[in-house]
Amino acid sequence: MPTTMIAGRPIDVNDEGFLSSYDQWDEKLGGELAKLIGIDMTEAHWAPIRFLRADYPARGETATLRRASTVGGFAIKDLFELFPGKPAKKMAYIAGLPKPKGCV
Amino acid sequence: MKRLVILGGGTAGTMVANKLRAALGTHELHITVVDRDDAHNYQPGYLFMPFGIYNTSDIVRSRHRFIDDGIELVLTEIGTVDPASRTVHLADGRLLAYDVLVIATGVSPRPDATPGMNGKLWGSSIHEFYSLPGAQALTEAMRRFRGGRLVVHITEMPIKCPVAPMEFTFLADDWLRKHRIRERTEVTYVTPLDGAFTKPVASRELATALVDREIALETDFAVEHIDNDTSELVSFDGRRIGFDLLVTVPLNMGADYIARSGLGDELNLVPCDQHTMRSLAHPEIHVLGDAGTLQTSKAGSVAHFAVDVFVHNFLDEFNGRPATHGFDGHANCFIESGNGKGMLLDFNYTTEPFTGDFPLPVVGPFKLLKETRLNHIGKLAFRWIYWNLLLPGRPIPLIPTAMSLAGKRMEKDVTAAGTGMPTAVALSSPPPPPRPATRPAPEPRPETTPLATTDQVLPTPIIPKF
Repeated sequence: MPTTMIAGRPIDVNDEGFLSSYDQWDEKLGGELAKLIGIDMTEAHWAPIRFLRADYPARGETATLRRASTVGGFAIKDLFELFPGKPAKKMAYIAGLPKPKGCV
Repeated sequence: MKRLVILGGGTAGTMVANKLRAALGTHELHITVVDRDDAHNYQPGYLFMPFGIYNTSDIVRSRHRFIDDGIELVLTEIGTVDPASRTVHLADGRLLAYDVLVIATGVSPRPDATPGMNGKLWGSSIHEFYSLPGAQALTEAMRRFRGGRLVVHITEMPIKCPVAPMEFTFLADDWLRKHRIRERTEVTYVTPLDGAFTKPVASRELATALVDREIALETDFAVEHIDNDTSELVSFDGRRIGFDLLVTVPLNMGADYIARSGLGDELNLVPCDQHTMRSLAHPEIHVLGDAGTLQTSKAGSVAHFAVDVFVHNFLDEFNGRPATHGFDGHANCFIESGNGKGMLLDFNYTTEPFTGDFPLPVVGPFKLLKETRLNHIGKLAFRWIYWNLLLPGRPIPLIPTAMSLAGKRMEKDVTAAGTGMPTAVALSSPPPPPRPATRPAPEPRPETTPLATTDQVLPTPIIPKF
């Protein structure tokens, strides 16, 4: 597992760049991660990120878009506008969580 | 006497019941299986129906016939499960008390979960093959098809048998050629995943197979709705894919009684331990087959291997010993590729599907991830194995419960980190990318930093490829 410098401090990540330690994350770091992928965070961005962070510990896996929608109450269409292209993957990256599991 | 109640008399439920009946006498363990009807469908057979390879009589048998004597079979709908009182409430008012409960009611397609899927085009130009009536209706639609735009589509993961839509595509390509309408047909494969399959080596091999067949691949497609007026799939990011015949895999969800009982997640899947299949919320409940949250394929082979582990652990605990067996996520799937050939996948939680020989190195006889005639024969032979060996709980020769690395050509670049597995051959050059089905607005992609392999601190962050 590589370690990388983000926002001036060493952060453990996996080979793709997703954070590998839940506890190394804070919102300041989340903001830096968002900048790295070209997203300027607003309150509308933070709401689903906070949901993902809160949802993760009990389940041990990152919420899918469907879960963010049915449990978190976020419209999937809005998530596509806030995090264009691949919202599930981008939200996980910013939230410092593993990439959501897709096909197995 | 202990009471075991098994909800669902399909692949997993039937196997568990028969294996435990063989191991324990009727005076030691009372076994009840609950299902809504007496029709046991060979689900892998649905895929072959639209092409006239199997018909309904090849696929449906009586559940009674495969459930051994000494097992009570109750045919009714399930109302709710009450874990606090360890009771199952049946729809007809009866109550079943249990000491151990097995949930094995699988998942089913839910076309009503996607706006416009279940609308006026449903059953005419929109079809599915994940249920018997769906496969029967699609059989008629294929017979009437005279060319045009055939779109094969996955709504959302996870689905049972994740390679079945790809197999359908290959078989359709072959079928269209034999009926001399392939040149009049545009075939497109639409997936919410970022490739033909997520696991890198399998994705590469399957993408090559799509290119060879001139099948367009549209990835990262999250369907928002289906426009019934224009006959188009519409994604959340505004892409539109028109069709004359849409073969979709609707959202797969667990049974509704799971939601009513408060046991499931947002897809009515019961959260369970990855190695023991024990419910995370209720230790006396186990989840087998497709009904749980195992991070491996929802497939009959997984049900088979997981049942073996569960039965060992159940018997250990029944006899007062600690349960020591753990499931490794082993899946073993034949993939029909058309023209009388097939491929084979063998993988688990930590080892993705590789190329190579199976089950033995060099001699095989099956080839992993390569199209061979013998793999196809293996797939067809499986129907016999299913009815005659698998459901009765007899051992299947040569296929171990735990995955083996023997014969697999591990590829270094794609080995899951931390498995400590040996690696062998280098990654061959990737195939040319399949042509996209639509032209989405170009999106700037951040440059990807090369993969890090050492423990050093990298001065610049690694940015994932989006």
